Amino acid sequence: MRVPTKLLATTVTIGLLVGLNYLFEHGFGDFRINAYYARILNLIGINITLAVSLNLINGLAGQFSIGHAGFMAVGGYSATFVTVYYGRAIAGLFGSSLDDAVGAAVVMLISLLTGAAAAAVAGLAVGIPSLRLRGDYLAIVTLGFSEIIRVIILNIPAVGGATGFTAAIPITNFFWIFAVAILTIVIVRNIATSTFGRVLATIRGDEIAAEAMGISTTRYKVLAFVISAALAGVAGGLSGQLFANPLNPQNLNFVRSIEIIVMIVIGGIGSITGAVFGATTLTILPEALRRLDQQFPGLRMVTYALLLILMMIFRPQGLFGRRELGWTWLRRRGPAAPAAAIK
Amino acid sequence: MTTALLETRAVTKRFGGLTAVKTLTMKVERGALYGLIGPNGAGKTTVFNLLTGVYDPTDGDMLFEGARIEGRKPHEITRLGIARTFQNIRLFPDLSVLENVMAARHLRSRQTFADAVLGTSRHHEEEREIRARSMALLELFDLQRLADETAISLPYGSQRRLEIARALATDPQLLLLDEPAAGMNPQEALDLMRVIRRLRDEFALTILLVEHNMKVVMGVCETVHVIDYGETIAIGPPAEIQKNPKVIEAYLGGA
Repeated sequence: MRVPTKLLATTVTIGLLVGLNYLFEHGFGDFRINAYYARILNLIGINITLAVSLNLINGLAGQFSIGHAGFMAVGGYSATFVTVYYGRAIAGLFGSSLDDAVGAAVVMLISLLTGAAAAAVAGLAVGIPSLRLRGDYLAIVTLGFSEIIRVIILNIPAVGGATGFTAAIPITNFFWIFAVAILTIVIVRNIATSTFGRVLATIRGDEIAAEAMGISTTRYKVLAFVISAALAGVAGGLSGQLFANPLNPQNLNFVRSIEIIVMIVIGGIGSITGAVFGATTLTILPEALRRLDQQFPGLRMVTYALLLILMMIFRPQGLFGRRELGWTWLRRRGPAAPAAAIK
Repeated sequence: MTTALLETRAVTKRFGGLTAVKTLTMKVERGALYGLIGPNGAGKTTVFNLLTGVYDPTDGDMLFEGARIEGRKPHEITRLGIARTFQNIRLFPDLSVLENVMAARHLRSRQTFADAVLGTSRHHEEEREIRARSMALLELFDLQRLADETAISLPYGSQRRLEIARALATDPQLLLLDEPAAGMNPQEALDLMRVIRRLRDEFALTILLVEHNMKVVMGVCETVHVIDYGETIAIGPPAEIQKNPKVIEAYLGGA
C-alpha cells in the first residue's frame, strides 16, 4: 500500500511543478506572471533549500556552522562549470541541445549532481577534522573554509574571478528550484522523525551520554554535515544558473552564511517548517520594504534590522520554537485536545 | 575455569601526579551484584570512566567476556554490552521521556540511513519495534504515564529511574550504576533496591554499583569492594565489610 501512495504523491507533485513551470514560462492565455514576482518566488525556493539544509546541522545536530555560503559556492561553481564547459557535449550525447527542454533537463540534473558531490566532498574534508572536537571549533573552521573558497574562486579566471561566473547558461527554472526544495524538506523531515533524528538530538543534548548509549557521535555529526553541505551545493547550482543571477564571490561571503542562519533562527532553530517560514519571510521582507525606501530613503535596512532585533527580544526561540507547524499541532490546539491527551 | 564477565588486572590511572586508581584488580562474575564503595574522592567514578572508555588506563588490562576493552571508544564498549548511568544525571534535555529511551535503542536498530531517508517498510517496522521496546522499559520503571513529558521536567527520583531504563535499552549484559540512590528519599531508595534485584533475577543482568547510601549497598550487593585513595582495602560480603577495621578507619578516620 505504502509504495503506490508514495508513487502517486511523487507523480502528482512532479505534474504540478511541471504545470506551474509552464505557467511561469509561457503564461496562460493573456495572463503572464510578473517577472519581478517570479524572480522573488524563485529566490524563495533556493533559500528554502539553503535554510532547511542548514537546519540539519545547526538545528537538529546542534553544531554551529557558519560556512553554508562556502558549500553553496563549491557546489554552485562546480555545477555551473559542468554546464558551461560540458553542457553542449552532454546534451549532444542525448541527441539534444541546451535550448531543448529534454537536453536542458539532463544537463541540469548532471550539473546539480556534480555540485552536490563536490560540496559533499568539501563537507567531508572540513567535517572530519573539525567535528571530532566539541564547541566552537566548527564555527571557526567553517568560517575560515568559506573565506578560503571565496578567495580561491576570485583567482580562477575560468569561472569569471571577481566579475562572477557570467558565462553561466540560465537553465534553472521554477520546476528545478521547487523540486529540490521539496526534496530537501522530505529528506530532512525523514531524518528528523526517524531514529537518526533522535541520534542527532542526543548529540545536541549531551555528547558524553550519547557515546555512553552506543552512539558514535563523530560519525553522525559528519554524516549530517555532509548531507547539509551537499544540499547547499545543489542550491548553489540552482542559484548560479538562474537567469541574470550569476554566482559572484562577493555575494558568497560570510554575510550570506549569516543570512541563512538568521532564517533558521527566525523560524525557530530545529524546526523544518520554521526554516521554510524564515526563508520565505527573509526573502520577501527586504523587497517589501523597498516601497518604504522610496518615501524615506535608507529606512529599509533600518526597519529590517529593527524587526530582527524585536524578534530576538520578544521571541528568542524563533517563531515556532522546535515545533513543527502541521496537522498534529493545529489539532492539539483545537477543542479536541483533552481527548488526545488522555489517549 | 569460567572467565568472569568483567575483570580488571592491576589497572592504574594517573592524572599528572595524582594516582586516582592504583592497581585495581576486580573480578565480577556473571550475574553478580557487585558494589564498589569508598569515601569521597576514592576513585569510584574514575573506575566507571575507565570501564566505559571515557578514560584510558595508564596501566593494566581490562577484560569483558575475556576480551580486552582498554583503548576502545565509549560507544564501542556500549555495543559490546556495558551500559551505565551517570552520577550527575545526563538525560537528553529536549527529548521526551519516551524519546530518551528510544534514542538509546538506536544501537540495536537494524534500519540503515537510506531506509530512514526513503521511508522504507523496514524503517517503519523498526520504528514500531523501537517504540514498543522503549514503552515496555518505561512500564518496568513505572514511567509509562510520563512518556510524553520532557525528561528534565521529571522529579529527581524519576530521572534516576529513567536513566536506568535508558541504559537498559542498549541491551547490556553488565549495568554500571553510578550512585543510583543519590537524592532519593528512603521510600524511593527501597523501590530502587527492589528494581535492582529484579533486573538481576529477571533480566539475567550483572550489576556493578557505586553508592554512598550504605542501606542500599548492604541491602543489595552480594560482594562489596572498598577502595580508598584509589587502593583496594577490602573485598567481601557486606557483613564482613561492615566489621572490617580498615574500612571503618577509612570512613571514620584512624584513632
